[in-house]
Amino acid sequence: MKRILLAVGLVAATAWAAGVFTATAGAVTFRWTNDGDALSMDPYMVNETFSLFTASNIYDPLVMRDQNLKVRSALAESWKNTTPTTWELKLRKGVKFHDGADFSADDVLFSYHRVLSQGSDLKGNFANVVSIEAKDAHTIVITTKVPDPILLSLLTTWSIMSKEWAEKNNAQEVTDVRKGTENYATRNANGTGAYMLVSREADVKTVLKRNPNWWGWKDKSLGDGNVDEVVFTPIKQDATRVAALLSGDVDMNYNMPAQDVARVKSAGMKVYQGPELRTIFIGMDQKRDELLESDVKGKNPFKDKRVRLALYLAIDEDSIVSKIMQGAATPATGMVVKEVTGFDPKFKRLGYDPERAKKLLAEAGYPNGFSVGMDCPNDRYVNDALICQAVVSMWAKIGVNAKLLAQPKAQYFPKILSRNTSLYMLGWTPVTIDGLDALDNLLLTPGEKIGRFNLGSYSNPKVDEWANEARLELNAAKRTKHLQDALDLAHSDVGSIPLHYQQVIWASSAKVDLTQLASNYFEFFWVKVKP
Amino acid sequence: MLSYLLERLLQSLLVLLAISLIGFVVFRYVGDPVLNMVGQNTSVQEIEILREDLGLNASVPVQFWRYLGKVLHGQLGLSYRHARPVATLLAERFPATMELALVSTLFALGLAIPLGVYTAIRPHHWLSQVFLGVSLAGVSLPTFLIGILLILAFSVTLPWLPSFGRGDVLRLGWWSTGLLTLDGWRHLVMPAVTLGLFNLTLVMRLVRSEMLEVLRTDYIKFARARGLGRRAIYFGHALRNTLIPVVTVAGLQLGGVLAFSIITEQVFQWPGMGLLFIQAVGFADLPVMSGYLLLVGVIFVTINLTVDLLYLVIDPRLRVALILR
Repeated sequence: MKRILLAVGLVAATAWAAGVFTATAGAVTFRWTNDGDALSMDPYMVNETFSLFTASNIYDPLVMRDQNLKVRSALAESWKNTTPTTWELKLRKGVKFHDGADFSADDVLFSYHRVLSQGSDLKGNFANVVSIEAKDAHTIVITTKVPDPILLSLLTTWSIMSKEWAEKNNAQEVTDVRKGTENYATRNANGTGAYMLVSREADVKTVLKRNPNWWGWKDKSLGDGNVDEVVFTPIKQDATRVAALLSGDVDMNYNMPAQDVARVKSAGMKVYQGPELRTIFIGMDQKRDELLESDVKGKNPFKDKRVRLALYLAIDEDSIVSKIMQGAATPATGMVVKEVTGFDPKFKRLGYDPERAKKLLAEAGYPNGFSVGMDCPNDRYVNDALICQAVVSMWAKIGVNAKLLAQPKAQYFPKILSRNTSLYMLGWTPVTIDGLDALDNLLLTPGEKIGRFNLGSYSNPKVDEWANEARLELNAAKRTKHLQDALDLAHSDVGSIPLHYQQVIWASSAKVDLTQLASNYFEFFWVKVKP
Repeated sequence: MLSYLLERLLQSLLVLLAISLIGFVVFRYVGDPVLNMVGQNTSVQEIEILREDLGLNASVPVQFWRYLGKVLHGQLGLSYRHARPVATLLAERFPATMELALVSTLFALGLAIPLGVYTAIRPHHWLSQVFLGVSLAGVSLPTFLIGILLILAFSVTLPWLPSFGRGDVLRLGWWSTGLLTLDGWRHLVMPAVTLGLFNLTLVMRLVRSEMLEVLRTDYIKFARARGLGRRAIYFGHALRNTLIPVVTVAGLQLGGVLAFSIITEQVFQWPGMGLLFIQAVGFADLPVMSGYLLLVGVIFVTINLTVDLLYLVIDPRLRVALILR
């Protein structure tokens, strides 16, 4: 009996010791979570930040953004304009895909054809591109219709795929629900990037493993992370996500609710709070002669700048930021944040002055105010419905009675995108981190491809003129000035009422060190985990 | 017997048809999936083409007819969100929900029947009062609150159990099971308890009230007068007679738990069908919602049929009535 016990004890002790020692010599695993997941592993399926940055860890683009959001080399080492409408890019040599195949210009050409196929959501980025050709195995030439100063910004989200791999697995076209069958690229990936896809279960678990042959590890300004394995487990419920971080089941939370920041800090976690590129604003119908949802008959109050200004001045944005957003926002001085080209630090909010607002309304012919219907989402932006409720009560104080209709985004966006609205809230992130994107989509007179999200049809010919000048201006300083002028005029004209810039809040355990970008991109090759 | 079964099967098919039709009509108002499938910079023409290609511009009767045709060929379509076949998605998620539902129902019934019998036999004992009082918590507290409290207690404060997910699972063919690993069981404990607490209270009180009533009947008195042992009376005769309503309720609850474990799955990020469904609703993923509704209909219909057959096993009088029809 004693001998049996001794033997068992010895075995157990050895197992325990082996466990301890193998644990310390093991791989560095980084576990993180978010409330949602990437829609697919196909990098062209949807033009949405989360899916795009997930792809950017597995695939490389031609050019990428560094820690300061500036465009820098990736698979393209250098570039020059041979003419204003041609760009010649020299590709990096010695790069291999995860399956061992060599990267060359053929893969770039293939990726170009693939990104233009039906089902691709990134086609819009190439609207100005006429062709992409290979001059030799490591040089490509991009020709544009008109000179495009920000062409490279549009290429930072374009992952380069392997022609061989796609042809072998019948994935030459982008994942498309209309095809009726599953595309291989939905759950498989083969890129040149820092991490390789090991397994993918959408909404459950996605595992990535370090690619030791990545060219970026040699570049100290780029790859200084030490993570070997990345395990992503989405957790939809806010409370459970925070609990998972507190209990140590995950190392990092990509989407921290603002209300739990204090709790998490007091538990010794690190909190990263910084501005995002998103501006939250309110738009007004300025086109119709009579508003759809108002008691004012025969005229449209929002066509009068005094009324728009009155609504702007009645909003106490500082209170919204401190009480509703709990400090996790910055009052907006315009429609773009400071990282975006076209921002001017001299911009200022038009003010908070309810008395003046009432006077303006009276001058405009509405001494007793008026009522109007307001549309708001309730599951799209941080505290969206609460902000709308606060704004409605602030407007009530100056006599404007806004009837709020808050809906989930699946019903909200169809309504407002068909311009079936009088007053609405929207958030916007310029994907090119350039003011022209905000102007084109939100403030220019709606046309065939312009003003898609200018749902109130605000129109000022001077703003249009300056924006169009910036479109073709290759001189960076002049271009920025045009953008600033256009944005400033649209702001003082109260084409829309910017509220605040959202902040993005991440949290991690104390042993994790990472870089947070305003673009909300999360690159795993910048993550360091202390053992 | 055979004609009885065939009759029930025909009824079930009609029920399924009605469910899918009602669901289809209601889903028209859930929202626009196309806008969720594209990014903010996609052009209007692209969106219109996508909508047309998905058949969403057709009228509801046409869409339903097309859908019915595909279903009868065994095709449930592709999920708009995942771009994968709905049938595959449901098959992948079904084991998780099934295991959770089974374990939580076993937990609930396994505790409820003995506790119900005990509280009926000894109604004035202090232990009975304790069981009845504590069980009130199971009925009055909402599921998500129980779940979050358990996570707070056993994951955050006392690091005993994991806070989310299903843990390590073993694949046996197309089924993935967490019941064969210790990690799987550790992940299963809290969700099963959360889901089963309501059932536990319900069945316990049901058994208790049925038992109390049966114990007052004449034939029990005569049995006792005859000198039958307590175990024979309580479990051989009394309990058997209380089982019909219990089986009915348990069957309905199992169906309910399988179909509507949505809240528990959401709180614990349990990768089951409920979580799939709630995400599909948020995305307006019509194929998944319709497929899920159909599956839930099949589950309920099967359970009800099984329950009806179980009646015949439990109650000999019904067997005779059936034969005489």
